[in-house]
Amino acid sequence: MKSPRIKSHVIVFLAPAVLVYTAIMIFPLFNTLRLALYTEADQVRMFVGLENFRTLFGDPRWSESFWNALANNFWFFVIHMLVQNPIGIALAAILSHPRLRFAAFYRSAIFVPTILSFVIVGFAWKLILSPIWGIAPDLLSAVGLKSLFAPWLGKEEYALTTLALISVWQFVGIPMMLIYAALLSIPEEVLEAGEVDGITGMAAFWKIKLPLILPSIGIISILTFVGNFNAFDLIYTAQGALAGPDFSTDILGTFMYRTFFGFQLQLGDPHMGSAIATAMFGIILVGVCIYLFGIQTRLKRYQF
Amino acid sequence: MSNKSLIVTLLATTLLSGPAFAEDVTLTIESWRNDDLTLWQDKIIPAFEASHPGIKVKFTPSAPAEYNAVLNSKLDAGSAGDLITCRPFDASLALYDAGHLADVSGLENMSNFSDVAKSAWQTDDGSATFCVPMASVIHGFIYNKEAFEEVGVEVPQTETEFFAALDKFKEDGSYIPLAMGTNDQWEAATMGYNNIGPNYWKGEEGRLALIKGEQKLTDDQWVAPYRTLAKWSDYLGDGYEAQTYPDSQNLFTLGRAAIYPAGSWEITGFNAQADFEMGAFKPPVQNEGDTCYISDHTDIAIGLNAKSENADAAKTFLNWVGSEEFATIYANALPGFFSLSSFDVAMEDPLAQEFVSWRGECESTIRSTYQILSRGTPNLENETWGASVAAIKGTKSAEDLGKELQDGLASWYEPQQ
Repeated sequence: MKSPRIKSHVIVFLAPAVLVYTAIMIFPLFNTLRLALYTEADQVRMFVGLENFRTLFGDPRWSESFWNALANNFWFFVIHMLVQNPIGIALAAILSHPRLRFAAFYRSAIFVPTILSFVIVGFAWKLILSPIWGIAPDLLSAVGLKSLFAPWLGKEEYALTTLALISVWQFVGIPMMLIYAALLSIPEEVLEAGEVDGITGMAAFWKIKLPLILPSIGIISILTFVGNFNAFDLIYTAQGALAGPDFSTDILGTFMYRTFFGFQLQLGDPHMGSAIATAMFGIILVGVCIYLFGIQTRLKRYQF
Repeated sequence: MSNKSLIVTLLATTLLSGPAFAEDVTLTIESWRNDDLTLWQDKIIPAFEASHPGIKVKFTPSAPAEYNAVLNSKLDAGSAGDLITCRPFDASLALYDAGHLADVSGLENMSNFSDVAKSAWQTDDGSATFCVPMASVIHGFIYNKEAFEEVGVEVPQTETEFFAALDKFKEDGSYIPLAMGTNDQWEAATMGYNNIGPNYWKGEEGRLALIKGEQKLTDDQWVAPYRTLAKWSDYLGDGYEAQTYPDSQNLFTLGRAAIYPAGSWEITGFNAQADFEMGAFKPPVQNEGDTCYISDHTDIAIGLNAKSENADAAKTFLNWVGSEEFATIYANALPGFFSLSSFDVAMEDPLAQEFVSWRGECESTIRSTYQILSRGTPNLENETWGASVAAIKGTKSAEDLGKELQDGLASWYEPQQ
């Protein structure tokens, strides 16, 4: 009988990652959660329990801003789920077609925006859509559709959808790559076996490939969810911290930033800001849990 | 031998120069005016260093939109510079209350500033002044002189004339009458509402009455400017809803627009960009002969980081900021930022002279939302941005906007309850 030895080298190898991760991720996260329970009056920080949350959800002004930001965030997410992911899957399916020429070129071209900075994407699209210098009005008038043009980023009813579509343009490469990898890992034999049974073309995609890539689609959905509910940069670079026009593009990230750091004459309130950050953390946590326990455990996995 | 003596000489110089270096104090200035970097490096700092040997100054600005957030983090972390450029009113007052800014009332040259000039950087009771005032900006309209001649439009004095001029440009069609957009929101409030407003609420009279609670934002003098703004939308360029602040600047300096609702801070940039002659007119009054009111807004000052290790050198610098030498350099290098000191500073730029001449003809006031009224949540200044945009777009009526703003203010500001 050997007694289980403590493998000291395991600890040594784990230490750097654990320490760095604790210092820059875990500690700030818990400190933010803690900060949400305090408030400051006359330069003194006091513990107030859940008072900040009562203000956030109970005060009509705060709660109106919060629900507005949350609703906008949901719409932002819905656009990504309805547009980005289906297009990503379709692109991956086309790219994995064995007879497509220049597949590598298309793959890179579609993926490139993903590695661009938000600032570049935000400014480039602002210029493209600008009613004054932009190329969009000229392009539309070239095909006789000038009447369809509107200053999209400046209208309450279009601004958020426009920004969501810009974000889709930027990130469509990620679902495409993940699905593409999943499609490539489907063994030829399975498809050939299907062919023998008379399943070819589109039917092969719907009946064989799609079920096999469902776990990847699940992962993409959860990545989209987390990414969208943490989003901030694009809105901030394109519309500023007030997320105009009239807060129609305000999402949780910009709402949190404005509250935490302040804006123009509005002084920052780190405690209310932390309360919003905590609410964001809770929403994401609930979403991820629903996925992990409700959906992922029911997905069938196939071993080849 | 010669080698040895060289080494000895080198060693000797190091020893000698050592103490000389140690005496040099380097002061770092925090600022949001990154546009002014060359001005500080080429003019202001050399002038100061020439008369004050032993003190070196470094100007380290950050982006305007991030300045407050960056500065607060730096101050909390103890890594902020010795000298802090001060925003007016509550942002700086909060820094003073938190012990980040030192009281500088005792500086000799503080006597060169009037009480109004200092009011933006004082405690509410006026007992402590924590920043040395540097400059104010004046609101008005800058116009394209060539366009006015070409279309045959007179410079408007009254509101009727103003809209008649806009109509004429609209009819003519070769210029966009007004260069302003609502995308960035603040122009609508700063260059719109607070530009034309003082003529309605009679400058300081209305502003102070609002602070005391004697007037309300639903009163006609506060609502009427929104009605006037609503008429502007007909004269703005196509797609003004998505037009940004730089878009408007470019439209005007490229000669595509006739009138630019402005603040005097634009002068330097416009002088460099525009190749046509420009003039300025003050916000039009309602009836001919009415007293005119202008927004002469205390905008920028400089204070001392209370935790600075070089406090004495920093105080020397601050005292110099209060001198006539600084006022002259600053006002001429940055036409459009007008000295707040009581010296009679001669300025060469004609456009800047035009702006500053209004101080003699009109009553001065500051932006209505800045003092005290933007202390709570909802923040009146930020709300005014949204309200001014809504007025121009016509999404809400002027009366509704007045009521919304009043309700928001009354929700936390006692004198208005």
